[in-house]
Amino acid sequence: MTDKPLANPGATSGSCCSPSREPGAGSAQAGRPGERPGYRVWPFVSGWLATPVGRVPQVKTNLDAGDRFGRWQMRWGLGRQRYRVAPGLYAVGNPGPGSPVLVSANYKLSFDVLRSNLPGLDAWLLVIETHGINVWCAAGKGTFGTAEIVHRVAAVRLPELIEHRTLVVPQLGAPGVAAHQVARGCGFRVVYGPVRAADLPAFLAAGMQATAQMRRVSFSTLERLVLTPVELTGILRTALWAALALLFLGAIGSGGFSLAGALQRGGAAILAGLGGVFTGAVLVPLLLPWMPCRAFAAKGALAGMALAFGALAVFGPRLGWLNSTALLLALPAVASWCGMNFTGSSTFTSPSGVEKEMRRAIPLQGAALLLAGVLWVVAGF
Amino acid sequence: MKELRYLQGVSTLTLDVPTCIGCGMCSLVCPHAVFLVEQKKALITDRDRCMECGACARNCPVSAISVKAGVGCASAIIKGWLTGSEPNCDCGG
Ligand code: SF4
Ligand code: SF4
Repeated sequence: MTDKPLANPGATSGSCCSPSREPGAGSAQAGRPGERPGYRVWPFVSGWLATPVGRVPQVKTNLDAGDRFGRWQMRWGLGRQRYRVAPGLYAVGNPGPGSPVLVSANYKLSFDVLRSNLPGLDAWLLVIETHGINVWCAAGKGTFGTAEIVHRVAAVRLPELIEHRTLVVPQLGAPGVAAHQVARGCGFRVVYGPVRAADLPAFLAAGMQATAQMRRVSFSTLERLVLTPVELTGILRTALWAALALLFLGAIGSGGFSLAGALQRGGAAILAGLGGVFTGAVLVPLLLPWMPCRAFAAKGALAGMALAFGALAVFGPRLGWLNSTALLLALPAVASWCGMNFTGSSTFTSPSGVEKEMRRAIPLQGAALLLAGVLWVVAGF
Repeated sequence: MKELRYLQGVSTLTLDVPTCIGCGMCSLVCPHAVFLVEQKKALITDRDRCMECGACARNCPVSAISVKAGVGCASAIIKGWLTGSEPNCDCGG
């Protein structure tokens, strides 16, 4: 992959994902339009637009099976960590010198969401290099930022192509972009677009005016739901090691080191741990607005407690008081930890707040887990 | 749906009213409608809604706003504690 900015996306096939050789034999092309030896054209490119600054790839506004599969992979953490398209200029429909310029990150999913919300519109997409990170996270890091926008505007020779001097930047990019400095740096005025790409057509139709509703971030049940797989897969990777440790510890008991103990006691402990993970990483996000307490760690602990009491009501008599107490401590602790981790995905938690709740919660979680572990191991004898 | 709210009284957001020229950028970029601009002066309506993203401070042309912006991922904060550096999150999606 090349990180080299594509100064002339039209002439160098800006939408190719993996140029493995130097271009050059461009005229010897056969087959599909735009194809060059050593390059592969993304399936979302429908054609090429001849412009004064070279050929610009025209992109489709519908998502195909490959795009959907890519999104599914990312949601479940199976894909590559970075899923990027080449930065540069793209066209939707048949834009001209007066068409709006929409700025986007080069994270493939952001790019897909943007283009799929633009059917029937004529616009330029200025994709900037955020190293395959979405707008919000990249803005927080500053890679979706003033300097990169100023650089990219010059690199694609935007002033030669466009009559107006306005860039539509997604509002969620604002933490990294200083509008007044972009204007100073490249002469383009930044207009912040709506938070959701779905509102872009209405925003453009209204003469680049966003309603108050378009400016607010939401965190609907669906938005929270799509985040849980990533949350879950991330945690389960670490949980694998914990599971191995539990199997090993479960094997130690009054009967010495036994396989039966590993399966029975270790298995039960793993189930309790998984219950905690599920509670913290799935139930807490889903039930977020309806749970008491504001701290995520507390929400997780409460939900974990509820589940632990439920489990005791069913299995309690067979467990004995040592195991029961261990369960009552461990499950809420794990749920609390996982719930706390969801703050990173939420759209309304502040770093100062997260740090505050972590300072309080982590010692408690650690102590509860340690005590639970001791009780549980002792119960084996 | 009812509004989701986080911990109270933790945000580091401050506004220097005399410096403010009332341009309105802060209320425009804030994703949680923390600011209101009235009679050429900005006003913090509800500090507890602030998630410390830093958009307002970055876009204020006269630097009237200050906020300790950063990432709110638990894992990033732990890494920051351990290494003594600023939290830096590696969120891909
Ligand atoms: S961005 Fe700054 S100058 Fe403009 S209204 Fe807000 S505080 Fe005042
Ligand atoms: S830091 Fe972000 S959430 Fe807080 S007031 Fe500024 S723009 Fe709004």
